[in-house]
Amino acid sequence: MYRYDEFDHQLVTERVEQFRKQVDRRLAGKLTEDQFKPLRLMNGLYLQLHAYMLRVNVPYGVLSARQLRKLADIARRYDRGYGHFTTRQNIQYNWVSLADTPDILADLATVEMNAMQSSGNCVRNITADPFAGRARDEIEDPRVWCELIRQYSILNPEFAYLPRKFKIAVTGAPNDRAAVGVHDIGLRMHHDADGRPGFEVLVGGGQGRTPVIGKTIRDWIEPEEILAYIEAILRVYNLHGRRDNLYKARIKILVNALGIDKFREMVDAEWEAIRGQGLTVPEAEQARIAQYFRPPAWASLRDIDAELELQATADPAFGAWLNSNVSAHKAPGYAIVSLSLKAPGREPGDLSADKMDAVATLADLYSLGELRVTHRQNLVLPDVRQADLKELFRELVSLELATPNIGLLTDMIACPGLDYCALANARSIPVAQDISRHFTAVDKLQEIGALSINISGCMNACGHHHVGNIGILGVDKKGKEFFQITLGGASDQNATLGDRLGPGLPQAEVPGAIEAIVDTYLAQRESEQETFLATYRRVGIDPFKTAVYGEEPVRRVA
Amino acid sequence: MTQVLTANRLDDGRVVFLTPTGDWSPDLNDACTVSDDDAAQELSAVGALAEAACTVIGPYLIEVLEDEGQLQAAAIREAIRAAGPTVQAGQF
Repeated sequence: MYRYDEFDHQLVTERVEQFRKQVDRRLAGKLTEDQFKPLRLMNGLYLQLHAYMLRVNVPYGVLSARQLRKLADIARRYDRGYGHFTTRQNIQYNWVSLADTPDILADLATVEMNAMQSSGNCVRNITADPFAGRARDEIEDPRVWCELIRQYSILNPEFAYLPRKFKIAVTGAPNDRAAVGVHDIGLRMHHDADGRPGFEVLVGGGQGRTPVIGKTIRDWIEPEEILAYIEAILRVYNLHGRRDNLYKARIKILVNALGIDKFREMVDAEWEAIRGQGLTVPEAEQARIAQYFRPPAWASLRDIDAELELQATADPAFGAWLNSNVSAHKAPGYAIVSLSLKAPGREPGDLSADKMDAVATLADLYSLGELRVTHRQNLVLPDVRQADLKELFRELVSLELATPNIGLLTDMIACPGLDYCALANARSIPVAQDISRHFTAVDKLQEIGALSINISGCMNACGHHHVGNIGILGVDKKGKEFFQITLGGASDQNATLGDRLGPGLPQAEVPGAIEAIVDTYLAQRESEQETFLATYRRVGIDPFKTAVYGEEPVRRVA
Repeated sequence: MTQVLTANRLDDGRVVFLTPTGDWSPDLNDACTVSDDDAAQELSAVGALAEAACTVIGPYLIEVLEDEGQLQAAAIREAIRAAGPTVQAGQF
């Protein structure tokens, strides 16, 4: 993985000391909240319902065991002994104090981590396929480009005050595990006829109150030109994006207002002006960054499918886990293991400091000391020997991290919701807990198959409800929480937005409604291979509407 | 309508309520309650001074209900602010 060079170290260290002085001035009463707020946000510090919240970047979701131990240490020393992994592959601490924050940032710097630009109207953490560099279906490892974009965008003065936040995601695999279609810029790597890599660039995707699937602005950009092209997009957005209305300030609004063709024309004009100049990535720099992402020293092994099959037959629980939580690795004899942070009744994405330490130990023992954070709020051990899977499974079971539900109904995304978030209208976590307690039978979950449920506590959509196969949106109606269900969303390579099923339901009725939807799917599907999404796209919303609301939908208050 | 003044404390961000003695307490039941507009304005004025003095952030009035001698925030958001998250966080 990438290691800081002297410039990174200097930049991060100076930033920590700069923020320490800003915090001192704030605590001494020399800065008002209005003056201080943009400064703290640029350093990842929010003020939430109950306390300050610090959001720490996990660049493109890549984490070392050493870094995870430091995150555990911070959770214990400065917070309440846990952290929350987010849909942007970051970690959030919910209970930090303002006075401690500079020390936390200094601690993070010792393991080459930071919280710069994890908030504010700037380019946020670059996110990527959590299986990058390991997945068997991968065309190109996107991490090299993520790191280059990170270095280009971090503290870039031209883009420190964009009209609004700006999110970039990159996938190097045809199966999109990074939700690039719902990012301000989404990058998909492809090969040309000669096998050389390049980027397809999507622009103007996003969720929130105006969800939009990104549009392809260019089919092909040579890799060395990607920074110049991103700069051209950022410049057009910076100049023409709306600053008069917070809700219309994202790039998706600009792209929609201008139309993709006009927007492309403006970007191309800007691009022509800067093309071939300072932002062309030199080959030597590409090679320098790429060496950080060279494959580790994988042993020369062979796949052991037959042995695993025997073990799975002997131990069905292991078999179920193998089925859902283990993915194909590009190196023979290795596997990618997903650790589910969605055990029944748990808070999606939360992990205690003790378990972070335990997972760091497992990463050292079984995965060459590396981990990944996924946008679905799970962790990944990317380099596990297939021969070690059984032993690792036993260890994960004892940690409650082996729930065999990755990609299944209970692998829910949930934002912090009204339990923590100052923007939320309704609670998300208790809804996820209710659903996960309702659907505990492993056989049933595996029978249902691939199905994503995404839950947001408000229309800002941090819980990605628009692109959940089943989306749940919490709303407030006259002081009471209601939950609106959408169906048919997807965040993969065929991203779509969900359709609203009907009026909102009270929390107690949500698990029953999900069950009715699932039963309808099971009754309607043409084969076990037809996924929920495929069935929904084939039969439409009506049977599901009837299942939840009856033939004559009752008008409810939400 | 009975109201109290709430804010977040500057140094640790914790939820606090203005008490009758002009202090800030994390306990809603310590809060100074008011039930007319003039008194509510007075509370807001105290809050504005505390914000200017960088003691608290963002003071505002909330509606409360009294139930068997205990104060309860009327809105669910404020009830959660006063009592903390409704989930057993950090156990996993």
